[in-house]
Amino acid sequence: MTEQEIYADLSAKFSDKIVELIEAETFNPTVVVAPAAITEVCHYLKDTETLNFNSLMNLAGHDTDGESDLSVIYHLHSTELDHYITLKAFTNRENSEVSSVANIYGTADWHEREAWDLYGIKFTGHPDLKRILLEEDWEGHPLKKDYVAAEFYRGMRIEKVK
Amino acid sequence: MGALNHKFNENILITSLDKLLNWSRSGSEWYFQFGLACCAIEMMSAAAARHDLERFGAMPRSSPRQADVMIVAGTVTLKMATRVKRLYEQMAEPKYVISMGSCANSGGPYWQHGYHVLKGVDQIVPVDIYIPGCPPRPEALIEGLLHLQKKMREEHILAKKED
Repeated sequence: MTEQEIYADLSAKFSDKIVELIEAETFNPTVVVAPAAITEVCHYLKDTETLNFNSLMNLAGHDTDGESDLSVIYHLHSTELDHYITLKAFTNRENSEVSSVANIYGTADWHEREAWDLYGIKFTGHPDLKRILLEEDWEGHPLKKDYVAAEFYRGMRIEKVK
Repeated sequence: MGALNHKFNENILITSLDKLLNWSRSGSEWYFQFGLACCAIEMMSAAAARHDLERFGAMPRSSPRQADVMIVAGTVTLKMATRVKRLYEQMAEPKYVISMGSCANSGGPYWQHGYHVLKGVDQIVPVDIYIPGCPPRPEALIEGLLHLQKKMREEHILAKKED
């Protein structure tokens, strides 16, 4: 199936939870999904025979400019039917909440922890959402564009060069 | 050893205990086998057949208890820094540290935006030898180890310290 057909299928099934289809020359057609609906959309994409998206190739957090909403991008692939779809969920900067797909795709477990660690996106329903790269006592989420590095970490100076 | 010269047979050598200890220590720079980044690849290359660090008595040990030299080979992240410090503290005296490559020396390419990188391992452990390079070639590491040998030979571990 093409991305357009999948988008039509999804918006017929989920109506207002599917926001839009973004098409551009520089990236794959992307379906924008309401952040709270990601879990059920992924369930549907995986379990429906005609779609059969059995593989989550990648899950990534994203911050465009340090002001607008954060987003999470999902790249799905069906190894059986060999078609692709890209999902995107926008979420508020301060109280970011996206529903977790870790119980559907095992891949998402660590990827969601990474997005939490570096972007501070909370994944509701994740079995063990804790930092994966940085230490537990780290302050802030460094890949956010408005992140300001601390001066010290456990007594070690983090030099700032302008 | 002027007065004792030529008093014994030729198979008996006279020296000071300090010199003997320094000679034996400098001839067995057992380094702690751990690497943090790409510098570790050069360190492995230096230890392998082509450069063969064991010519100089330097061989890798897998435990800090058995190691004399810690070669900090690579980027010291803040997360790793706490571990590096602990490993250094676990080594037995006398112990030495070689800071290998730009990252361990000063943060290297992470100098400006590396919120997660320690800007120089000398902030947490005392460094004896700095080896520049990104990464340094095995020859540079060997030169660093030879400089460390020179440093060891000039030390006075047993002699009374002058006030």
